[in-house]
Formats: sequence, structure tokens, C-alpha cells
Amino acid sequence: MSIGRTRAVALSGVSGTIVDVEVDIASGLPAIVLVGLPDASLGEAKDRVRSAITNSGFSVPPTRVTVNLSPASLPKQGSGFDLGIALAVLAGSGIVPSETVAQCVHLGELALDGRVRPVAGVLPAVVAARENGASAVMVPWGNRAEAELVPGIRVLAVSSLRHAASRHGADIDVPETEPLVPAAAISMPLDDRDLADVVGQPDVVEALIVAAAGNHHTFMLGSPGAGKTMLAERLVNILPDLTQQDALEVTSIASLANLQAVDTLVTRPPFEAPHHTATAVSIIGGGSGVIRPGAVSRASRGVLFLDEAPEFSPAVLDALRQPLESGVITIHRARQVAQFPAHVQLVLAANPCPCGNAGDPSADCTCTPDRRRRYLGRLSGPILDRVDIHIPVRRVARARLLDASEPRVTTAEARARIVEAQNAARARWGSELPSAHELRAGRFRLDPRVMSPLDSALDRGALSMRGYDRTIRIAWTVADLDGSPAPTRDHVGRALYLRQGVTA
Amino acid sequence: MAHKDVLGMWGEEVAADYLATEGYSIIDRRWRCARGEIDIVVERDGELAFVEVKTRRTLRFGHPLEAITPAKFSRLRILAGEWCQSTTRSIAGIRIDAIGIVGDGVLVHSLDHRAGVIA
Repeated sequence: MSIGRTRAVALSGVSGTIVDVEVDIASGLPAIVLVGLPDASLGEAKDRVRSAITNSGFSVPPTRVTVNLSPASLPKQGSGFDLGIALAVLAGSGIVPSETVAQCVHLGELALDGRVRPVAGVLPAVVAARENGASAVMVPWGNRAEAELVPGIRVLAVSSLRHAASRHGADIDVPETEPLVPAAAISMPLDDRDLADVVGQPDVVEALIVAAAGNHHTFMLGSPGAGKTMLAERLVNILPDLTQQDALEVTSIASLANLQAVDTLVTRPPFEAPHHTATAVSIIGGGSGVIRPGAVSRASRGVLFLDEAPEFSPAVLDALRQPLESGVITIHRARQVAQFPAHVQLVLAANPCPCGNAGDPSADCTCTPDRRRRYLGRLSGPILDRVDIHIPVRRVARARLLDASEPRVTTAEARARIVEAQNAARARWGSELPSAHELRAGRFRLDPRVMSPLDSALDRGALSMRGYDRTIRIAWTVADLDGSPAPTRDHVGRALYLRQGVTA
Repeated sequence: MAHKDVLGMWGEEVAADYLATEGYSIIDRRWRCARGEIDIVVERDGELAFVEVKTRRTLRFGHPLEAITPAKFSRLRILAGEWCQSTTRSIAGIRIDAIGIVGDGVLVHSLDHRAGVIA
């Protein structure tokens, strides 16, 4: 009889596929039949669509309405198809001009009263729509700001199904409705945490700046109350602003994780500090049905801080090994594969022993040597080997705590140095970081006299081969921070010290 | 007889008249067995059609055909099989039809004939 068509987007991870929504209004008993691998929440779309259409003053044709989501073999999930299905039904029954509906990509969930609810993942979906050549996208009013972050595509924000039909040229009046907006963001501003708050630990601050400048993974070991958490929170503040491309990536993940109402591009690196009871899926990503990004992806281009690292389950920590190396995480499930970015700077913090006093001259450790060894032994060798910088954090003596004359580095100063160092690194290396081989034996090979502290550490067995390569990278970062064109023997020595500051 | 049953009887009469004008020959009416009732059985060009008729006064509670739920439809299929077993006719093919009527017992506002419906 009559066919209505439109387009929507199915998300898998942060990549989207255009889905053709076809509606066939044919003779038969009144029913809405949804085919094309919908999950439970999408399968319920037919009931939402029926109510929304009826309560918007239209009617669902009392015949057999078959809705097909093509490609039929791609699993689809979520409620974002509601708006597209409803408009295709209205187009098929001649209420809305079918040409304009067919051209546009639609995203949005329908409330039973016909209003359009905001959905998660609008930003990556709009990006996918643009990349597939769509010229216009219709989104829920509550996601308008998020959709408008994507340049090069026309965004039509609608508050209700009637509003949507009228934007497509249906000759109807649109009563004033209050648009549904997402819940306000629960934000934890870290902006006020200045590096200058850190007192009496100039070498720790310097190590933190090196870590930030070179995106080196960091391990802080120290007694309780020495300031490990405080330092980690300040690390994210001294990182430079995100580039345009990274900002889009970070905002996409935030939108997908539905952590907050996304209305502006996230320009600051994210900070994630999962509790140590976190499961592997919550860190890596996954879940049944919809694959959601885990903490490692939510912290991508920012800092993933694991406080009390030995308390994490060893399986969780070891699951981080692969994404730390590759910068992406690919999650496989029986019916789908999702890929998320995982460019994190990992920061681990741990007490030296269960009581926390080991190595502190002012307090006695009550732990047996065996307990102490087991405690840090829970951090596996492979994960610690991937950590470039080891920082011992000691309790600050009272005299230094009260000493106001000591120079302190502010966040702004540190960030300026880091930006300069990163610019120098980019100018030398271009967009692609050189491989370990290039640094060791290729065109960036250093003079053997410069490298001698490292070579002897390798010979002694104090460094693994990976550790050797990573220390060379730290040396380059230290040199960049010093404004030196290439690492000197002194820089290599400092890099080795940063690498081995803690012998766990 | 309750009001609704009077209306239903009237609707079946209207449907039977309509089917006759469409060239169908009526084979059976209100056929009953232990599992339920078939409203009308008709035949045209060797094909049998089992017709379920639904009548409503208004559309306020939805279209009359919406009353045929998947459960009711599957009962119709079983009844159609029972009818076929009870007859000696040679049967070329069968289908299930639905007729929805909106009317007040005197005037017919609308009549919807859906041939060969599937659940």
C-alpha cells in the first residue's frame, strides 16, 4: 500500500552506522511489527510510538504497520529510533510530506504524550550522520546544544512529535509544550585545585610535570596522608587544553556514557578515579546489550587515577595492560564489536604496606615483611613495567609545611612549561611518535656516552628492555622541559632516577 | 439478549450481505464447536475464507479490528482446522479474513474487509 522512509543512526562504540527506517502500511489486522534485530528497549518502541502518535492528535493506521530497520543484520539498541519510526509512519500514512522526512536523519526517544526525550550518544551519532553525507539531522530539543557542536550539518531541534511534523512541512498547528531537557550535570570542578597548594615536595612536583609533559604513566608510593590523591587531582589541571579533535572524542564518550548533559565541547582533559572495588567491565567497558565505555575510555585524553592500587582486583589491573599499550580498547561480544579510545595517562597510588608506615622515619611499621611483600606484590610486574615514572611521596615535615618562603610552582606556570615542551616534541617528531626502535637505534639514537647510565642499568638487570625504551622517552621529555634540543647525560640520569625512584 | 450481542448479530448480517454482493457464496454461519465459534465461512473461486466480524458503535475505544489480538487470531486458526476436519468438501486453499464494522445497529458508518490476515 504505502511506504514511509527515513534514516536514523545505530551506534556501536563511538562509531555510528546509518540505519534506513522503512515503514510499510499494508492490509491486515492492526499491529505494529518491528523487524531488524531490535533489543528490548527498541522493541518497546512500537508501544511508545503508538501512544505518542495518538496523543499528538494523529492516528496510527488501523492496519498492519511493518517497520524494518535496515541493515537488518546489524543489532540495534536503545530508544533513539522512536522519532524516526513515528515520522516514517506519519509519512507513510500521508500526514507528513514523505520527501523531506526521507532526507533527514532522526534521533530521539518519544514520551507517551508525544514530547521528544533527549537520548545518549547524540554527538557521535550526528558525526556519523554527517560523515555519511546527511545534510540535516533532527534531534531532541534537550540535545540541541550537543548536536550543534558538530559543524557542517543542519540541526533541527524539536520538542514534540507535532513540532517535528510541522518542521517537515505538515500543515498543523503546534501548541506550546515544555521541552524535556536532560538532568543537570553533576560536576565536580577540580579547577580550584592549584599546584601551588603542594608544599615541601619540589622534586615530586617536578616529577609530576615531567609525567604531564610526556604523558608518562606514573606510580606514587607513600604513606597515608602524604598527599598522593592531592597530587593526582592536580596532575589533570596542569595538562594543557584538549585539541579540537581530542575534545570531540572526549565529548563523544561523555555523551555516550550519559554522564552529564553535554552542551559544550569538553575542552579540559577528563579525570576518572574509580573506587578499588570496580569490576573489570566497569573499567574496560562492556555490559549486556549495549556496550558502554568503561573508566579507561571515559578518562581517554585525560587521567585515570587508581588510588589504593593494590586493593584493586589483579584481574582488573591486568586487563588494563593491553589498552595502555595500544591506546584503544576493542570489546568483543557474541553479536557485536565496539571500539573505544583509551589514551589514558595512568596514575597509580599505593601505600608502602597495609599499615602505611613502612619507610617513614617518624612512624613504626607494624607489618611483617611477608605481609609487606604480598601487599605490593599484588601489583603485577607487567603493569608496573608499563609505568614510566615512579614517585616516592614522603610525609612533609612540619617545618617545611609552615615555611612560606619556599618557592612554589603554580598550575599556570606548570602548564605553560608543559605546553612549551609538548610543542617542542611535536615540532621534532611530527604527528606520529617515533617507535621504540627509532629512538634506540634509528635516527633519534643518542650518543653512547649520553646513554651510558641506561646501558649499565640494563646490563645490571635493573631495567627491562621495555623499561630501557621507556626511560629514553622520559629523557626526551626531561630535555624538552629544559629547552634542550636533545637529552644530555644529565637528562638520562634524571630519567633513570624518575623510572626507579621507587623500588617496590 | 445483551445490547452488545444484538449489535454483534447485526454486524454479522451486514458482513454476510456485503460478502454476498462481493461474489462470495456463504457456506456456513455461526458454526460452533467445543473450542469456540466461527462467524462466517465463505467460498469464492475454490478458496475458503473464515471470516471474523467485529462491530463497534464508535472509534472511541479504538478500531474494531484492534480487538483481534494475536491470541484470538491463533484460536481462529485452530477453529478453521476443526471446521475443515468436520467437512467432506474438497478444499483448494483457506485463509482467514477479518471484517471491522462501525455502526449503530441501523446505519453502517464504515466497513473494513481485510482478506488473508496474518497475526
